[in-house]
Amino acid sequence: MTSLAPSSTVVTTTSLAQPVEAVEHGHGDFRMFGLLLFLVADGMTFAGFFAAYLTFRAVNPLPPGSNYELELLLPSLNTVLLVVSSFTFHRGGKQLLAGNRSGCRPWLLLTAALGSAFLAGQMVEYFSLPFGLTENLFASTFYALTGFHGLHVTLGVICILVVWFQTRDQGRVTASEPFGLEAAELYWHFVDVIWLVLFGLLYVL
Amino acid sequence: MTVASPESFQGSLQPQGWLRYFSFSLDHKVIGLQYLVTGFIFYLIGGALAGVIRTELASPISDFISRETYNEVLTLHGTVMIFLWIVPVVNGGFGNYLIPFYVGARDMAFPRLNAVAFWMIPPAGILLISSYFISGAAQSGWTAYPPLSITTPAAGQVVWILSVLLLGGSSIFGAINFIATVLKLRQPGLKLMQLPMYCWAMLGTSILVVLSTPVLAGTLILLSFDIVAHTGFFNPALGGNVVVYQHLFWFYSHPAVYIMVLPAFGLVSEILPIHARKPLFGYTTMVYSILGIVFLGLIVWAHHMFTSGTPPWMRLFFTIATSFIAVPTGIKFFNWLATLWGGKIALNSAMLFSCAFIFHFVFGGITGVALAQVPFDIHVHDTYFVVGHFHYIVYGGTVFVIFAAIYHWYPKFTGRMLNEDLGRLHFLLTFVGFNLCFLPQHWLGLNGMPRRVAEYDPAFTTLNQASSIGALLMAISTLPLLYNVIWSAFRGQVAGDNPWRALTPEWLTSSPPPVENWVGAAPLVHEPYAYGVPADQIDLNATSGRDLWSDGRS
Repeated sequence: MTSLAPSSTVVTTTSLAQPVEAVEHGHGDFRMFGLLLFLVADGMTFAGFFAAYLTFRAVNPLPPGSNYELELLLPSLNTVLLVVSSFTFHRGGKQLLAGNRSGCRPWLLLTAALGSAFLAGQMVEYFSLPFGLTENLFASTFYALTGFHGLHVTLGVICILVVWFQTRDQGRVTASEPFGLEAAELYWHFVDVIWLVLFGLLYVL
Repeated sequence: MTVASPESFQGSLQPQGWLRYFSFSLDHKVIGLQYLVTGFIFYLIGGALAGVIRTELASPISDFISRETYNEVLTLHGTVMIFLWIVPVVNGGFGNYLIPFYVGARDMAFPRLNAVAFWMIPPAGILLISSYFISGAAQSGWTAYPPLSITTPAAGQVVWILSVLLLGGSSIFGAINFIATVLKLRQPGLKLMQLPMYCWAMLGTSILVVLSTPVLAGTLILLSFDIVAHTGFFNPALGGNVVVYQHLFWFYSHPAVYIMVLPAFGLVSEILPIHARKPLFGYTTMVYSILGIVFLGLIVWAHHMFTSGTPPWMRLFFTIATSFIAVPTGIKFFNWLATLWGGKIALNSAMLFSCAFIFHFVFGGITGVALAQVPFDIHVHDTYFVVGHFHYIVYGGTVFVIFAAIYHWYPKFTGRMLNEDLGRLHFLLTFVGFNLCFLPQHWLGLNGMPRRVAEYDPAFTTLNQASSIGALLMAISTLPLLYNVIWSAFRGQVAGDNPWRALTPEWLTSSPPPVENWVGAAPLVHEPYAYGVPADQIDLNATSGRDLWSDGRS
């Protein structure tokens, strides 16, 4: 190489390197984007279940005398609990982003409590229903769908409790690092929306 | 090595040297090779299983293995080849190795998730294979159709479901990573329409994985309920509906064909321009045909179910939708031909395998369009015609591309060339063996030989024996490849950084590349296919960053 070429190369490299390095090493936070993609995938699992359920309803009539009556009161109450919990979570998140950690934590606990109450309500419903898992096609689908959703709620409650723990003093979730909370919140809203669809399909339809 | 020390990147607990290939490494290149080697081991296992099948079918009666064992072997062969060889290798293997280079990044968007996704594969594979020795493997084929999968021995089937769920999860995590990397981690200044074609192929594939794999997971969970808890989702005796299983299964498993073949399209689009010294023909149409295949791929699944009592309107819709797929795939086919047309073709092993891919893929595509037509499909459904068609797509198509890609990127992986003579021997044996094995199966199917049965009408003996000889040739063909890959790693001709004089970014660094891919800044490649352009018309700084590369190989 001539003596000129390397020096000009160095100039190009350094002038290029500055923004590139900044982007690559402290690269933007794509975790929410990744979570969003995961929720699309998770939503497709539910979509598959819903499609199966609707097809069963349409083409597989239950034998006469089948037992498939559902009570509406308790699930409606559960629906209210879950919808309210989405708002309480959002309220807590806004508190954290405003820098008010101690104001955020009670809202998180309240959300977890509402989620747990939902799960307890579902347990009560399960034990009071007149049919078991293998009674008929509707019963199986009912338990599979609500059970799979219940697992999601359980995971959500655990996530909320973890976030609650992480928002303590010296915790890793702060107003400047809110990922844990935002991720749990997005997931919680997702679980909430799934429940609304599920409620409409299983109980109302 | 002053800029990118491995410690600063991965933490000091990461092992170095060859040990890192057995570790929870976060380096996308290590993970890519982990996928590749693991996949290849499963290819050998799946190939041995195929050998057992072809040995059994060399004679019309069930003499080599029992019928039950035949069913187990057949199920394992399909599952291993699809879920443990082709899907992990064309997606996870080459995807992890190449995509960060192509977008100008140091690693994938989520390196830890990436390692998790890989390490789900070996346990799933071991689980699946070991079920054969412990409880007897699943016997219901890779489709696991109920009521067969409910009535065959439960233990093997449940293990099969667990294994496929693990592999599906791995696949979804990988896809999330690819989408985030391609869409979010691109170097500033690099536009989507300037990306190498493989990025688009992986983006399309990953969209399919995210949308369709979860449906399979949900379906298999319901199936496991049927087996373990005796629910009746798919059990007609309990009021269930088997056709719902088929719909849900094929909603994943038809896109799965594109999950296997789209990355191969991408890889071959990288290989052809380099070895023909011409720009990739019709870049924009290539991109839109990939997106078209992704869309159409999601709405054609019921063409697998024309004999399942599907109503006429459904048959009509799915026949038309399926036939439409011939349009984007045809565009790609003619683009590849036009890329080769008038090129300065180097007929090396990578090119030979790529050209054979084009040939096989067109053949399999034509039989595919034929199978989309209801009257024809009803005649050949569940016969060896389908087996022949399928293997022309996934073996003649994707596996040939995997071999081409191994010859093409081996110099980058190891810094050494593969031996060309052995490569051509490998090609010759594979090409002859493959066509001898699968071409006669079309005739067998047309004449009514059913698939998945250990015994057949003695009238079919001759062609079955020809097919078995082809399988034997294919088995032998792996020997020169294995020898070549191992021998060349130590004794192969030193490749240098860019033996193919390529312009895509993975070649603009040392071979093998340093931990963070480039010692200096990442080159910004706006025109990855600017071959055949007179040298004085290329602005090297703008198109390839070649000066940065010469800096970076240190």
